[in-house]
Amino acid sequence: MESKEMRAAYADTLVELASKNPDIVVLEADLMRATGTGVFQKTYPDRLFNVGIAEANMVGVASGLSATGKIPFASTFACFASRRVFDQFFLSANYARLNVKLVGTDPGVTAAFNGGTHMPFEDLGLMRTVPGLTIIEPSDPASCAAFTRIAAETYGCFYLRLPRKAAPYLYPADEKFEAGKAKTLRKGKDLCFVALGSLMVNNALAAAETLNKEGIKAGVIDVLSLKPLDAATILKAAKNTGRIITAENHQIAGGLGSAVAELLAENGVQCKFKRIGVRDEFGQVGTQDYLATHYGLTPPDLVKTAKAMM
Amino acid sequence: MTEKRTRELKAIAKEIRTLTIDEIGFLGVGHIGGAMSVVELLTLLYNEHMKVDPANPRMADRDWLVLSKGHAGPTLYATLALKGFFPKEWLHTLNTGGTRLPSHCDRNLTPGIDMTTGSLGQGFSAAMGIALGLRLGKVKSTVYTVIGDGESDEGQVWEAAMFAGNSGLANLIAFTDFNKQQLDGFTKDIQNLEALDDKWKAFGWFVQRVDGHDFDAMDKAIRAAKKQTSKPSMIILDTIKGKGCNFAEGLVSNHNMTFTMEQANGAIAALGADKPKTKAKVEVKGSAKEGKNGK
Repeated sequence: MESKEMRAAYADTLVELASKNPDIVVLEADLMRATGTGVFQKTYPDRLFNVGIAEANMVGVASGLSATGKIPFASTFACFASRRVFDQFFLSANYARLNVKLVGTDPGVTAAFNGGTHMPFEDLGLMRTVPGLTIIEPSDPASCAAFTRIAAETYGCFYLRLPRKAAPYLYPADEKFEAGKAKTLRKGKDLCFVALGSLMVNNALAAAETLNKEGIKAGVIDVLSLKPLDAATILKAAKNTGRIITAENHQIAGGLGSAVAELLAENGVQCKFKRIGVRDEFGQVGTQDYLATHYGLTPPDLVKTAKAMM
Repeated sequence: MTEKRTRELKAIAKEIRTLTIDEIGFLGVGHIGGAMSVVELLTLLYNEHMKVDPANPRMADRDWLVLSKGHAGPTLYATLALKGFFPKEWLHTLNTGGTRLPSHCDRNLTPGIDMTTGSLGQGFSAAMGIALGLRLGKVKSTVYTVIGDGESDEGQVWEAAMFAGNSGLANLIAFTDFNKQQLDGFTKDIQNLEALDDKWKAFGWFVQRVDGHDFDAMDKAIRAAKKQTSKPSMIILDTIKGKGCNFAEGLVSNHNMTFTMEQANGAIAALGADKPKTKAKVEVKGSAKEGKNGK
């Protein structure tokens, strides 16, 4: 399967957008080499601002830039984008109704060798409480490029959560995406995985394949947009299959699992329901595979959970 | 500055001070100390230096003000009301439910407010972003920003200071309202800021220090700042917290005070001013929904 680095999908799209829109600007806090926006700096050196290791100021400057009509994309590791500058992003950008696109890379176990200090399992929980914020976790390079474009073209604050590393394409390059719309990658009869982000969507697809061989028809919904959440697609899957398993590279508290549980409960949907995710633990150091296994995020974990529900 | 102009500005400042005392007094509680110490500065900026249009608050080539010490909002509201950005009657709606004049500045609620502030240090970074955005857009406006001395404890202020110095944001003129007091006491006892001039110079700023209640001195400093071509400016204003409000000036606990309308009227009388004529009950006009998305 063809793949591309997610950060390259992000940065290449920024360069393309910037060629048509002079208002696109990029901010970095000394992580340009990690987030991949060096290509933007090379093409538009006057429109990339490296503020140094000063994330609070980065978000403040981005807010000010947007007040003058610029469209700032500010990127840093997701741990800093959320817990370090939550107040700045909350007030200067969101509460002020400005137009800041905050990009958090290396979410959850993808932080791997940077370890527990750099491993955000709580960023989505924090961000979901910000009124009006659009929260996107693309699942492949095509959706990453598309949502970067959507963020640039839509007034309002966005939080884009993406791993830097290569991810396989799940969609053709010209696939249409929309904030608030999930994609049904695989239809199921017996249960449905509701998954967020490239790691968990691919793990859900692998789990569904295994289950299919054993006669269990499992569907996979690629959530993409955590907020607004595609209630119609998820509720329909719950009604059709009677079994929902959420899968996220994040704490089960506050993120996707919580959002779907709230949705099901408030709509009075009776179905079996389980959450795959980190269960009230901090991050730690290790390979991504080691960590995914430790926290129970692998395809066999999903298969096991599914079978227990049947 | 001519003596005549100084006299005129003093008269405007007296009116702004009066309106602000009356505004907070009508509510009965507020940040009177830090509101009083910036009266002369805001008077001078809005009546001598800033290009603004009350009929078109978001005019593209206006000068901007980010009041990073957002709790001094009431003084800015009085200043803007006097300029005609909105009716003076609004001042009596300060902090009441549905008001367009909240305790801390909000760019979406109040005509003439350029940035939402209140969490200290944040407005200062935003001012850098605005200055940068205007420079990128080749707009020849000046961005003014005001931080408090207590606010200068915030790490974000110094992140922004480094950024602005290194970015050569010459279209930015910042002021520190150095009234020597913060909520818990004197700044020298909480976190000593001195030598404040040297700190800003070390960050690559053009630094001046003047009396923040002296129009002529501030005017000269602003004119010198405007001549800068490669450095942002910091004008440190030596001010008095609670200045000109007889029951607040000189009190250590004047950061946020409760006081009665009688006290307010007494302070206004002591200034030799007339009590502002406003209706006792004021209808709130507009709502938070207006100005959504910053448009």
